[in-house]
Amino acid sequence: MNPVQHESPSAANAVRCGIRDALGMPMVVLLASMTAFGSLAREGGLSLELALVSTIGVWALPGQIVFVELYAAGGDVVALILAVSFANARFLPMGMSLLPMLRHGLVRTGWLYLYAHLVSAQSWAYCRRMFPKLPAEARRPYFLAFALSILAISLGGTALGYVLSGTLPRPLALSLVLVNPLFMLLLLADSRSRPVVLALIAGVGLGPAMHLFAPNWGLLLTGIVAGSAGFATDRVLIARRKPS
Amino acid sequence: MTAHFDAWVLLLAAIGATYLWRGLAVPLSSRIDGDGRAFEWMTCVTYALLAGLISRMIVLPYGELATTPVAYRIIATLVALTAYFIGRRNLLLGVGLGTLTFLSLTLYDQGP
Repeated sequence: MNPVQHESPSAANAVRCGIRDALGMPMVVLLASMTAFGSLAREGGLSLELALVSTIGVWALPGQIVFVELYAAGGDVVALILAVSFANARFLPMGMSLLPMLRHGLVRTGWLYLYAHLVSAQSWAYCRRMFPKLPAEARRPYFLAFALSILAISLGGTALGYVLSGTLPRPLALSLVLVNPLFMLLLLADSRSRPVVLALIAGVGLGPAMHLFAPNWGLLLTGIVAGSAGFATDRVLIARRKPS
Repeated sequence: MTAHFDAWVLLLAAIGATYLWRGLAVPLSSRIDGDGRAFEWMTCVTYALLAGLISRMIVLPYGELATTPVAYRIIATLVALTAYFIGRRNLLLGVGLGTLTFLSLTLYDQGP
């Protein structure tokens, strides 16, 4: 008999679960894409420390790539910061649609400012997929375990890519860049809820068009327009089903 | 030395510019109920945004990937989706076959 009371058995379980999930496909995908980033960073003239700090600090691959490319091109500083900021504006809606699920029973809500930094496309998608299966108090441990694991893996990938830079054949290096979007696409394609599926289909079609139309705001516009369309269509379909 | 210093200042500014959006989500979501309608809408917005981002990354990528034919990227995407659904939603199978398809196409291009 062990008299020691664990904080919550489901919390310890959730940590294991988060680490295990991170060590699966996310590890493979992040090693591929962060290796691609690491080698790009070296070619762009960044030091290893800068590359690693950008992975921890920016923690968003598209924004990191924009940073390296504009840094290498040596353009206007203000334009560079704005471009990175716009490339990462998606974190506002992403945070707003994940953080409320992490608030349950949280005494010091200041921690949310740290959690917000750990929100990424993968941690968002995995948590939204897992959370319905987890009790509310197990969500924070799962999120933290998953997010911190993929951050550690990404640091390894960045360093590896930096070291391997220039040795990878070009077709392989290019293929590594494609791994991340393919993975995220399949992850999203797994969605079953009707408003989400409608929003996804609209988003896929609208994304590139909006990007051409408004390079800076295209992504946010896509989310708002296509997301609202999916949400509204679902509400209309629900209303129709009810006999009037 | 100066160039090195500049790079750090630039990176810190980029980090701040990125965190701004993440940090802003904390106060803006403080009144959103995780089970409510507003949250459901925000979820749809985020899914649509991620879908748009991914489709942009495939169709109109940044960087060197943009130098490859768009048809190759789309063929690879269709192979990934088909393999994923035929292979009982196996992520490794889908991502693996999609990436291999793209690799083969670009290798073929580089061939003699």
